[in-house]
Amino acid sequence: MSSEQSAALDQRPGIVKVLLASPILGPVVALLLACIFFAVMSPRFLSGPNFSLILQQVMVVGVLAIGQTLVIITTGIDLSNGMVMALSGVLIASFASQKGLNPFLAITIGLLVAMGLGLLNGGLVTGIGLPAFIVTLGTLNIAYALTRIYTTSTITNLPSALTFLGNTFSLGGTAIANGTILMLVLYGITWFMLKYTPAGRSVYAVGDNVEAARLAGINTRRVLLGVYTIAGLTYGIAAVLQLARTGVGDPQAGQTSNLDSITAVVLGGTSLFGGRGSIVGTLLGALIVGVFRNGLQLLGVESTYQVLITGILVIAAVSVDQLTHRK
Amino acid sequence: MNLKRLAVLGLVIPLITACGSTPSTGDSGAAPAKGSGQIIVGLITKTETNPFFVKMKEGAQAKATELGVKLLTGAGAKDGDNEGQVTAMENMINAGAKGIMITPSDTKAIVPSIQKARAAGVVVIALDTATDPQSASDALFATDNFAAGTLIGQWSAKAMAGKTPVIATLDLAPGITVGAQRHNGFLQGMGLVSGIVATSTDLATSKEVVCAQDTHGDQTEGQTAMENCLSKNSNINLVYTINEPAAFGAYTALKNAGKEKNVTIVSVDGGCQGVQGVVDGKIAATSQQYPLKMASMGVEAIVKYAKDGTKPTGYTDTGVTLITDKAQASVTSKDSTFGLANCWGTK
Repeated sequence: MSSEQSAALDQRPGIVKVLLASPILGPVVALLLACIFFAVMSPRFLSGPNFSLILQQVMVVGVLAIGQTLVIITTGIDLSNGMVMALSGVLIASFASQKGLNPFLAITIGLLVAMGLGLLNGGLVTGIGLPAFIVTLGTLNIAYALTRIYTTSTITNLPSALTFLGNTFSLGGTAIANGTILMLVLYGITWFMLKYTPAGRSVYAVGDNVEAARLAGINTRRVLLGVYTIAGLTYGIAAVLQLARTGVGDPQAGQTSNLDSITAVVLGGTSLFGGRGSIVGTLLGALIVGVFRNGLQLLGVESTYQVLITGILVIAAVSVDQLTHRK
Repeated sequence: MNLKRLAVLGLVIPLITACGSTPSTGDSGAAPAKGSGQIIVGLITKTETNPFFVKMKEGAQAKATELGVKLLTGAGAKDGDNEGQVTAMENMINAGAKGIMITPSDTKAIVPSIQKARAAGVVVIALDTATDPQSASDALFATDNFAAGTLIGQWSAKAMAGKTPVIATLDLAPGITVGAQRHNGFLQGMGLVSGIVATSTDLATSKEVVCAQDTHGDQTEGQTAMENCLSKNSNINLVYTINEPAAFGAYTALKNAGKEKNVTIVSVDGGCQGVQGVVDGKIAATSQQYPLKMASMGVEAIVKYAKDGTKPTGYTDTGVTLITDKAQASVTSKDSTFGLANCWGTK
């Protein structure tokens, strides 16, 4: 059986073997080609300030996509993340600027609410065994409604502690937003956790085959609850970044973020069937979307074409994943 | 395997730095282009799809071509998408735009980003919708939405003379200035309320309004809203709608209920399809506005700023005309022939 499989493997073309060995090669090549294309087409693309801007523009979706990656590795999907972010963001903004709470206390409350909704998602998925798609569709609507019930108007005059992450510092003449550093640090931590800790490895194990993972002695329920709660935490952090980026608490924020974050995850080569995926790939996926949006705008191309290209890239990414892993 | 992944990572990091750390060519990316050939003008609309904004873009493009400047366009993914507009604005500043015209999706939320743009030396003109506060942008080129509402209100008061109005209002969405101004203007024009502050974002009400529903300016939602209003009160005889898609939705609901003959629908926008609705007798009267003119005036103002440094300031009323084929005494209006010839056009 296993020798048959390896024989079949050997017959695969070289490119498939390369892709199997390094799943993020695809996104790397795509990002590189996009960068070269836009650098040739626009003299303004290849500059420190512009690339710093792209990082700034992807930081919110980038951080949402960290949680989304974890959930998708466990064969789940999270449709609620943008709305959880909006709710958390509005609460933080309102507590800090309207109710005069200490901004850090306000942030803590926002993070706890986001984690609570994540825990609720995880609890329903593991406890009752509901499909993640349906559970998070439910919490999407709940979080949306709670946000609108809480406020329908934009919250302005945020204290400086809330906009700190949107401020920039100068690195070799290029202004870098504090929030982009936070995003990169979060990616670093997640990468390390997934790769080098037993907890991280058990996330892959649960996604690959939940029954096998259970038989191997992994507490699969705890892993899933942990994944959804940590995902919730990343949505709360994304809310803080969102406040810092736009400078306001926006009850209409995040309405397309769920699909945007799934797009980043899929472009990054993480399999929607679970068990396989790389967090570095997700960062690349988010950057690919950001580079196309920025580059096409610099060229004066209508934003509809950016949507078109994203659609084509998503199908290409999923096809590559499917073809290289076909048994 | 691990080594290979590490090797790929090794590829990624220089790539990111390669994209990121190359020194900028010439001027610093954050400042607008200095003396580099063509003038760049930006236009950011709420969405790409709404015909109103399509027309606005046409107007801007025609004027940009005429003056030999480059037009960059952008939009939110949907109505209310503030971050999409912020992103478009940042990219345009980086592209070296001299000035940016924007129809803010969220009048308050966009303000910090506009402040950043102005600090970078970019002139910002709000089109169609004022920022909150209005002084956040350099200038505002827009329809007086309160006046637009007042016109259809005054017309309705005359047209309904002798009948007791039973009114449904199909509004935009909570907290949006444009929606409140048209709604309040309508009620004040009808003489049902008085002394309303034109900039209020709260919807006024009176006992004649038996049903008020949000439609987001959408035809399907307009139909649903009208159906709900009819089941609430079947005697409705006057329907105010935020725009013509909502009006067409209301007409469909009334027609399905067999009531389209006895109910008067009034609206705002004066788009080509909307005026056709006046011709077809579906909409009784509509206040026509001129998005193409707003955009072409905006391009002119930015090009002037780029050439001689004169910034546009304050509010410029781009005008509104009542279009109806049932003219009422002492209410100034034009017929649908005029309306079709000028639908969203340059006038």
